[in-house]
Amino acid sequence: MIELSQVSRIFEVGDQQVAALRGIDLRIAAGDYVSIMGPSGSGKSTLLNLLGLLDRPTSGTYKLDGGDVTALNDVQQARVRSEKIGFVFQAFHLVPRLTAAMNIELPMVLAGVSPPERRARVERLLENYGLRDRADHRPDQLSGGQRQRVAIARATSMNPSVLLADEPTGNLDQTTGKEVLNLLEKLVEQGVTLIMVTHDPVIGGRAARQIHMVDGQITSENPAQSTRSRAP
Amino acid sequence: MRMADIATFATGSLRGSPTRTLLMMLAMSIGVAAVVVLTALGEGARRYVISQFASLGTNLVIVLPGRTETAGISPGMLVGQVPREITLDDAEAILRSPAVKRLAPLTIGSATLSRNGLNREVVVAGSTSDLLEVRHMGMGIGEFLPPGDIHDASPVCVLGDLMRRELFGNQPAVGQWVRLGDRRFRVIGVLAPQGESMGLRTDELVIVPVASAQQLFNTSGLFRILVEAKNRDSIAQAQHDAEEIMFARHRGEKDVTVITQDAVLATFDRILTALTMAVGGIAAISLAVAGVLIMNVMLIAVAQRVKEIGLLKALGAPGRRIRNLFFAEAVLLSSVGAVAGLALGYIGSVFIRQIYPSLPASPPWWAVLAACGTALGTGILFSVWPARRAARLDPVTALAGR
Repeated sequence: MIELSQVSRIFEVGDQQVAALRGIDLRIAAGDYVSIMGPSGSGKSTLLNLLGLLDRPTSGTYKLDGGDVTALNDVQQARVRSEKIGFVFQAFHLVPRLTAAMNIELPMVLAGVSPPERRARVERLLENYGLRDRADHRPDQLSGGQRQRVAIARATSMNPSVLLADEPTGNLDQTTGKEVLNLLEKLVEQGVTLIMVTHDPVIGGRAARQIHMVDGQITSENPAQSTRSRAP
Repeated sequence: MRMADIATFATGSLRGSPTRTLLMMLAMSIGVAAVVVLTALGEGARRYVISQFASLGTNLVIVLPGRTETAGISPGMLVGQVPREITLDDAEAILRSPAVKRLAPLTIGSATLSRNGLNREVVVAGSTSDLLEVRHMGMGIGEFLPPGDIHDASPVCVLGDLMRRELFGNQPAVGQWVRLGDRRFRVIGVLAPQGESMGLRTDELVIVPVASAQQLFNTSGLFRILVEAKNRDSIAQAQHDAEEIMFARHRGEKDVTVITQDAVLATFDRILTALTMAVGGIAAISLAVAGVLIMNVMLIAVAQRVKEIGLLKALGAPGRRIRNLFFAEAVLLSSVGAVAGLALGYIGSVFIRQIYPSLPASPPWWAVLAACGTALGTGILFSVWPARRAARLDPVTALAGR
């Protein structure tokens, strides 16, 4: 359960202030499939970063599963990221020197999961994402689709409740892009909350909830739900 | 995060850029090796000097004419008068001190040694039978000077090993007659070969009874008296007694100097230890340079790995964990570099010992500890800033690669 109220994010560029987000109110229920669309510079990535606790709002509150997470310190936020949030990036962001299996293992290594438990989970994820024969390949030996599958496996390795995807198909061709979307949507069926940023209306249109943003504000929602967007 | 995982991760990222890692380790190990080798040299020099002193004799008190402290101008000095000389009677007087075990008066001069048309200039030492014990010399063949009256100028001599070889070759030397200056001496013994000690090559020495030497050089004075105290504790007493006896015999004039071997030894020890530390300190500067290099390369590494750091943050690593990962890399790097440097340094010391066998070059334990400590210290110290920089990176900009 995600609740944003009156969230703003203002960047200081030189001596000018640029508002990337202006008073966002947003509720996302657990298990929702939400796409955030809008032209570049509309603030959709900033919103995703805030949701992922990579950035802090200038004002407003962010409640995750009932608790206010904006007030948490660095260590506590890192813990929330580790336990509740998974990221899938457009550029995959795999560690080049690590094998596919080691990349998948990384969040569990950072969280201090025991090695036998880690191995078991990595095995299962490799199996689930069809990467069994690619386990010992480094990212530069993998195709784009395989890389994104590794990234999704990594994002789900800590069993997060929220998955944040920033243009997950942006670097992929249409066929592999569709495959990746199918994998993400399968996770939604399993109860994961998926929030996906995209500028592609075809891909965004597959989501149950579609949020459109312009100039740091939510302009419309399709289909309209209980969450309302603030009119300018 | 588990310690083992931190180590594995740090090793992995070090191996991820082998050239960089090798260069940093090289810098570190050269620094450590420099400290080890240079202090080994200094320590070798110190031990060399001490062993030289030890070969001179143990518990020695040396009486020499003249004084080392200035106390006004005596009328004698104005007319060019030399200090009163030390005589054989003085030596006998000193021997009566209870703190003295034995002593050897010494007269040194040079004379022409000849036999069957072969001749060469040699250093002649006049002494007594006790010189053998006092100076820790060993006999090769025959006998040393006979004990007996100190004033007895018997025409016998003991040759250094080199002298024997040069004059007699393979023929037996003992019992033969040689000529020293204008006198004839019978060879009664040959010293065992023993090399150099304190600049006096005993192999090239000819030893005759002290009274004979005094006649040969037409002098009644002694070069010095080597006094051996009863034991280590009586050195001070022996020194005091020698001073008192000479003071009394020279009618209240302090015109001799009495030094102890220990005092000289301690001075050399201090000087050479200080030297070793100074040289080690200079070498340690290269370690600091290696530290700066590590900092520089780590800063570059942080810049190169911005995306990875951003990713680690997104995956749930707090800033301090990222800092620790970079710390771990620095510690690994410095410790492996230090170990490599130690190995290099020890190999270097062995090498020096091979080239100069007389120099016991081995690094002192404190220098080894200090080198390793400095290596680790600089490695960690100079990675503080890069690690903090990495920890403070903003994940959003880091991931964007901006």
